[in-house]
Amino acid sequence: MTAATVDGSPAAAPEEKPKLVVFFDRIDAYNNLLLPFLAIVSALIVGAFIIGLTDIDRLKEGDIGGILTTIKDAYIALPTGALGSLGGISETIVSATPLILAGLCFAVAARSGLFNIGATGQMFAGGMASVWVGFTMDGPGIVQVPLALLAGIIAGGLWGGIVGILKARTGAHEVITTIMTNYIAGLLTLWLLKTEAFQQPGKDNPVSKTVSDKGRLPELFFWSDDPSLRAHWGFLVALGGAVFMWWLFERSKVGFELRTFGSNADAARYAGMKPATLTTLAMFIAGGLAGLGGATQIIGTQGYATESFAGSIGFDAIAVALLGRNKPVGIVFAAFLFGILEAGGRKMQLETDIPLDVVLVLRALIVLFIAAPALTRLIWRLKSEGSTSVLQFRGWGA
Amino acid sequence: MELELRGITKRFPGVVANDDVNLHVRGGEVLALVGENGAGKSTLMNVLYGLYKADEGEILIDGVPQHFTSPRDAIAAGIGMVHQHFMLVPVFTVAENVVMGVEPTSLGGIKLDLATAREQVRTISEQYGMHLDPDALIEDMPVGLQQRVEIIKVLFRHAKIVVFDEPTAVLTPQEIDDFFVIVESLKADGKGIVFITHKLREAIKVADRIEVLRRGKTVGDADPKTVKDTELAEMMVGRPVDLVVDKAQHEPGDVVLELRDFTVSDPSGRVLVDHVGLQVRAGEIVGIAGVQGNGQTELVDALVGLRRVAGGTVHLVGQDITVATPRDMHRHGVAHIPEDRQREGIVKDFDITENLALTGYYAPPLSSGLTIDWKAARTTAEHLVEQFDIRTPSVDTGVGTLSGGNQQKVIVARELSRDLKLAIACQPTRGIDVGSIEYIHERIVALRDAGVAVLVVSTELDEVMALADRVVVMYRGKVVADLPRASTSHNEVGLYMAGAKESAA
Repeated sequence: MTAATVDGSPAAAPEEKPKLVVFFDRIDAYNNLLLPFLAIVSALIVGAFIIGLTDIDRLKEGDIGGILTTIKDAYIALPTGALGSLGGISETIVSATPLILAGLCFAVAARSGLFNIGATGQMFAGGMASVWVGFTMDGPGIVQVPLALLAGIIAGGLWGGIVGILKARTGAHEVITTIMTNYIAGLLTLWLLKTEAFQQPGKDNPVSKTVSDKGRLPELFFWSDDPSLRAHWGFLVALGGAVFMWWLFERSKVGFELRTFGSNADAARYAGMKPATLTTLAMFIAGGLAGLGGATQIIGTQGYATESFAGSIGFDAIAVALLGRNKPVGIVFAAFLFGILEAGGRKMQLETDIPLDVVLVLRALIVLFIAAPALTRLIWRLKSEGSTSVLQFRGWGA
Repeated sequence: MELELRGITKRFPGVVANDDVNLHVRGGEVLALVGENGAGKSTLMNVLYGLYKADEGEILIDGVPQHFTSPRDAIAAGIGMVHQHFMLVPVFTVAENVVMGVEPTSLGGIKLDLATAREQVRTISEQYGMHLDPDALIEDMPVGLQQRVEIIKVLFRHAKIVVFDEPTAVLTPQEIDDFFVIVESLKADGKGIVFITHKLREAIKVADRIEVLRRGKTVGDADPKTVKDTELAEMMVGRPVDLVVDKAQHEPGDVVLELRDFTVSDPSGRVLVDHVGLQVRAGEIVGIAGVQGNGQTELVDALVGLRRVAGGTVHLVGQDITVATPRDMHRHGVAHIPEDRQREGIVKDFDITENLALTGYYAPPLSSGLTIDWKAARTTAEHLVEQFDIRTPSVDTGVGTLSGGNQQKVIVARELSRDLKLAIACQPTRGIDVGSIEYIHERIVALRDAGVAVLVVSTELDEVMALADRVVVMYRGKVVADLPRASTSHNEVGLYMAGAKESAA
C-alpha cells in the first residue's frame, strides 16, 4: 500500500507534540558540540589501550607503570609536538590547509544531497592546472598566484562537474563515478608528469617542473627567517573557502536552492528549482574547492607536482567533514584537529617509540565514534535519541 | 472478553501524551475513539499494542492485568490492529499475506501448507461476508478489498478485540458502507471493536459508545443515538466549531483556466489522465472529487509543470501555458498547495522563514542579485505567521516540529498571500485538526470571493461538497461528471466516484 499518505503514523510521537520536538532540538544543538567532543574523548581512551598494546616488551614483563608512562608520553607528545612550538604550529597548519578545502568540498556536495568521494581526483585536476600556470609564468606574483589558484578552481570544478552532468543526465550514481574519475585523474596525472610539457628536465621519475618563486604562495610566518616554517597563505585561502561556503549556504540564492535540493528534492522541484542544474552546480562548486586545495598544495606547500601530491587527503577530508558536521566552522576545527594529530604524531614518533600508525588508529577511532552516534551515546549513557540528523543521501539511481 | 485501560499515562520528555486515560470495551460492542490529530489516540493505541510502555496505569483483560512488551504479546492476548497504512506484500496472494509469520506447515514444519491456509482464509472470509478470493494478488485489488485482507489477518490470529486506526480514510463512500457491514458482522460474532476516527458522522453511525480524547485526556463519552456532530466537535476541539463552510452566493467571472483534451501518460505510455476538458472561472471554486488514484494527482502535477503533458492544451486567461514550468506558473500568479505536504510542500529541516520563502525566494522583495535578503524574508514571515495564525514560538522554529495543521498553514500562507489568478489546492486539509480545517476553508472561500479561480482536489467528498461551486468527478483518468454543487448530492457524486454511473460530461 503506497497510496495512503495521510499522516499520523503510529511511531510519530514527536509529530504529535511540538513541545517535545523543541526539547529534542535543544539537545540536538547541544549534541552538535557534545557528540564530537565525546567521540574524541572516547577515541583517546580506546587509543590509550592500543598504545599500551603496542608496547609489547613492557606488556610481556607486566610493567603496568611503564605502559602508563608510555601512554602519558604519547598523549603529551601529541599536543606539544603540534602546538608547542612555532614549527609545530606551522606543520599543523600545513596539514590542515588542504583538509579544510577538501572537507568543504565534501560538505558542499553533502548538503546538496550528493556523496562526493571524488575530492582526490578533483585535487589532482586542480593541482595539475595550477602547477602548469606555476611553471609557465614568471610573475608578477600578484597576477600569477591568483591565476594559478583560479586555474585550480576551474580545473577541479570541471572535473567534479563531469560527475554532476553524468548524474543529472543519465542518473549515474556519484559514488561510482567519483571513484572512477579518481582513478582517471590519478593515472592522467602520472602520464602528464612524464610528458615533456610537465616533467622536470633531467629527471626520470614523474616530477613536474618547479613553480617559479614569484608564483608561490607567500609564507604565513613572513617575519621569521626560519626556512622550516612551511605554513603559507594557502591557509588563509582555505579560511576564505570556509567563509565562501558559509555565504553560499546562508546568504545566496543558489545555496538556498542547493540546500533545499539536498534536504528534499521533491520540494525543490515543486518550488521551481532545477534538479539537473543544481546537481551539476553542486559538483562544480565542490570540485572547485577541492581543486583549490590541490592548488594550495602545489603552489604553497610543495612547489612542484608528484604523482601522489593528493595523498589520502581526499578521503581524510570525508572524516573531517563528518566530524565538522558539514558546517564551515566545524570543518575548520576538525581539519585543525587532524592537523594536530598528523604534525604531533610525527613528533611523537621521533620522541617516543610509538609508531606514527597510532595516529591513524586514533583518527579512525574518532571517525568511528562520530559515525556511530548511538555507540557514543551508549558509552556515555546519554539517554535521548535526539533528532541527530545523520547525513542522508539519496539512493542509487535517484 | 472485556478490555480495560485504567489510568494510562504516557509521558514524553516535556509533554504528557496520555494523561490518566480510562477506556473499556466489551465483546460485541463498538467503541469509537474520536479526537483531533495529536490528541493522543495513536499513543494510546501504541500502548495497548505493546509498542510503548505506559508510565502509569494498567491494561486489563477480563480483569487480569497484562504486561505487553511487544505487539506479539498483544496479539497473543487477543488484540488485533488494523493499521491505517496496510502492511501487505503486493506480489503475494491474499492467503500468503494472511498467514505470513504464522504459516501452517506440514512435513514436520518444513513445507508451507498453502492448501490449509487457503481453506482457513476462505472460511473466515465467508463467515464475515467479505467475499475474498484467497488466491487473488494484493496488487490487483482495490483498497477496500486490501483492507479486508488486513482484517482477516487479524482474525486469523484469533483477535477478540479489533482496533481500527482511521479505517475509512482511504475508502470510497460505497466501500465505507461495505466496511460498516463487516464491522456489524464482527460485532454480531462477539468481537469488541475500537474504531479510531476523526470523522464524527462515521463515529455516530457505527458506534455503540463514543469516547472523546483531547490533549491526552478523555474529556467525556457520548451516546451516538442522541449526540449531535456539532456537540462532538465541540468536545473534541474544546470550543464551538462551525462545521459548515460559510459561503455566500457568488457570480463567477471570465474563464481563467481552461484544459482541452488534456492527457497525461506514464513513461510506459499508459494513459493516466484521459482527454480531460475543464474550465475554472474567476471567483469560482471547482472541486475535483474522486477516489485516490484516479488521475487527479497526475492531472495537477502536469498542470503545474511537474509532469509532462502528453496531449491537449492548457490556457490561463487565454495564454497557452501547456509547457510551463513550476517557476513559470509561480510567475503567472498560480498558487499550488501540493497534495503531499511532507513530501513536497515543506522542507522539514528548514525553519518557518525558509519554508515561507520556498517558492518566492527567487524574486524581489525576498532577494536581489545573487543573495536572499533573509532580514526581509524574516519580516515577511513574521507578518504571515500573524496573519495566518500559525501557532509557533517563533519564525526560527523548525517547521518539522509544528503540528500538521500549522505546517499546512505555512504552505497556505506562502501560496495564498500574493496576487493570484488561480489557486490549486490539493488535499488542503488532509490529516489536520478541526480548527485549522475551518481556517483554511475560510481562506479558500475568501480567495474565491476576491475573484480568484480556485481548483480544489480532494478525496474527502465532504470537503469537495462543502467548498465547491461546481463538482467534477474523476474516474480512471476521465472526467465522468461535471455538476453544479447546488443540484447534486453526496449520493450522486459517490456513485460517479465508484464508476457506477457515467454522465455525458
